[in-house]
Amino acid sequence: MIQKRTQEIAVGVFVAVGLAALVMLAMKVSNLSSLSDQDGFEVIARFEDIGGLKERAPVTVAGVRIGRVKTVVYDDKSYEALVTLSIASKHNQLPEDTSASILTAGLLGEQYIALEPGGAETMLKPGGEIKLTESAFILERMVGRFLFNKAAEGTGESKAPEGAAP
Amino acid sequence: MIDWFQKLGSSSLALFERLGRGGLFLMRVFSAIPSLVSRPRLVIIQLYSVGVLSMMLIVISGLNVGMVLGLQGYNTLVDFGAEESLGQVVALSLVRELGPVVAALLFAGRAGSALTAEIGLMKATEQLSGMEMMAVDPMKRVIAPRFIAAVISMPLLATMFSAMGILGGYFVGVGLLGVDSGAFWSQMQGKVDFYEDIMNGLVKSIVFGFVAAWIAVFEGYDAAPTTEGVSRATTRTVVHTAFAVLGLDFILTALMFGSV
Amino acid sequence: MAELHDDALMVKIRGLCFAHGARTIFDGVDIDIPRGKITAIMGPSGTGKTTLLKIIGGQLAPLAGSVLVEGEDIHHVSRDNLYRLRKRMSLLFQTGALFTDLTVFENVAFPLREHTRLPESMLRDLVLMKLQVVGLRGARDLMPTELSGGMARRVALARAIALDPAMIMYDEPFTGQDPITVGVIMQLIRMLNDALGLTSIIVSHDVHELSQISDYMYMMAAGKIVGHGTPQELGHSGSEWIRQFMGGLPDGPVPFHYPATDYAQDLLAGVSAR
Repeated sequence: MIQKRTQEIAVGVFVAVGLAALVMLAMKVSNLSSLSDQDGFEVIARFEDIGGLKERAPVTVAGVRIGRVKTVVYDDKSYEALVTLSIASKHNQLPEDTSASILTAGLLGEQYIALEPGGAETMLKPGGEIKLTESAFILERMVGRFLFNKAAEGTGESKAPEGAAP
Repeated sequence: MIDWFQKLGSSSLALFERLGRGGLFLMRVFSAIPSLVSRPRLVIIQLYSVGVLSMMLIVISGLNVGMVLGLQGYNTLVDFGAEESLGQVVALSLVRELGPVVAALLFAGRAGSALTAEIGLMKATEQLSGMEMMAVDPMKRVIAPRFIAAVISMPLLATMFSAMGILGGYFVGVGLLGVDSGAFWSQMQGKVDFYEDIMNGLVKSIVFGFVAAWIAVFEGYDAAPTTEGVSRATTRTVVHTAFAVLGLDFILTALMFGSV
Repeated sequence: MAELHDDALMVKIRGLCFAHGARTIFDGVDIDIPRGKITAIMGPSGTGKTTLLKIIGGQLAPLAGSVLVEGEDIHHVSRDNLYRLRKRMSLLFQTGALFTDLTVFENVAFPLREHTRLPESMLRDLVLMKLQVVGLRGARDLMPTELSGGMARRVALARAIALDPAMIMYDEPFTGQDPITVGVIMQLIRMLNDALGLTSIIVSHDVHELSQISDYMYMMAAGKIVGHGTPQELGHSGSEWIRQFMGGLPDGPVPFHYPATDYAQDLLAGVSAR
């Protein structure tokens, strides 16, 4: 039966195309190929304020992504945020005095952790802690501080024309 | 006023009655499914008419939706100088939302309505009844293979839709508008997570496929055995599937992506 | 008919009641279908003759009464037994109910493929034999939509005998057919019945055809059996009703008019409303 055969071939092609599309989404579109959570080593870092840092946020060195934020929890004892970083195991040569800062991609973009390697001879061990941390840059706080300073300047120097203000 | 309440009451009762019958029907379909293991050929025939014949529509629609997304996304993003993020915008909207939802809506129109009409006509022309009299269970022979084929086809079609859409966005964004190809893919890979986005999108399409298949075969089986009954059932399949998919999409999105 | 021994009965119906919603279809119907005979069940349109066949086939359950098929109550047997009994009977639907997506050959092969594991060559022989019986061996590759109504019924008949059933039920086999086709179908029913030792039930309202081929006849009206006997007996019946039906008289106990209010009053009501 030729019809039966072509039908079965067509169904086979259909299923294969569907699976191929899934593989393409997995490999080409998502981050599955670039790094997975399993083969990584973990280090921790404490921050006074993480701002809007989320789990799965990128971890970069010199702008190159080497890992991701695994968990973000609050530490009762130190009143700080405890962030676990998962870093690809091939990038395990990080000096002990590496510093971590939370930066923002672009003005309004997502927050990520940038690592800056120091000059120490010993390397960070899996489970080790990054001691030097810099908290997130928080826009509201910056704006608030800026306005506050401006206001302080304003009262000291001169009186602005009152009528202009509504 | 009293009339209004009466109307509300009777239509709610009708709705619950229908849901109840649909639920019982689904139980019968489930109990018929194991018998298909010994007869995969029945499912393959239906995969052909439900899946393969819907493929062209899905692929072309996906490509078009992706191209439009690329164009519109680019026009918006370029104002912020963020056109490099085009890949991410296109991929996330397709994988999370448009792929499963639009594919399900198209599927209801292309395959769901055909399933309903086919089963309804088989009922109207006493083919189902005749089968029963030949000691052949129409649940096993007719309904279950179609149901399973639709359930299998839907995630495959939704995945194809997303993949084609991303390619469409790539053609427009990179090919026509000059977004950097490397940035397109790397931004996308940076922001699209396999488990969070792609797997959740897949789960959505599986749920939608299940619902679309259920509605299509139930409406067909439940159709009044007349010309008018079949045509109304076909319309109902498309309308109900659309409502169900859009409603479920909101719920699933809230569960999966929202921290509401 | 004198009380037959139960073994001689294929189907035995006692005290059957059935209703479609508020409309009573059967109200205490007793019917005996003897083995190896052609039994006709006649009645005007809308007396639920098709419903009766579906009740015998176990597709519809009666409100009261019992239907014994080969001594088993078809509405109280297990699903497996129901299916076993159904393999012993065939129902020839009025429309034929052929599967429109399969060829004539595959339609006839369908019950064989579903219920047996015959090798393809043997199956082919069997199907061709069945098609030969109804004279449509040459039409095996046609689709049901390409068949005339009479041919479709013959294909359906070939399919009905595919599993060599013990009983065939015919639902209005002559309706809407030209005289030649009616002759062909009548001959087929008689021939199959005698050659295969089948039991046949025909429901119809075609009096002349039925009185020619049936061995025994039942007449139904308003949910009851109003008369039964051999065709000769019924032909000389004293009942006015049976005379009206057998003679095809337009008016009689079965009124020509659907029940309505008085004609003159109805017309006057329209005038006064104006």
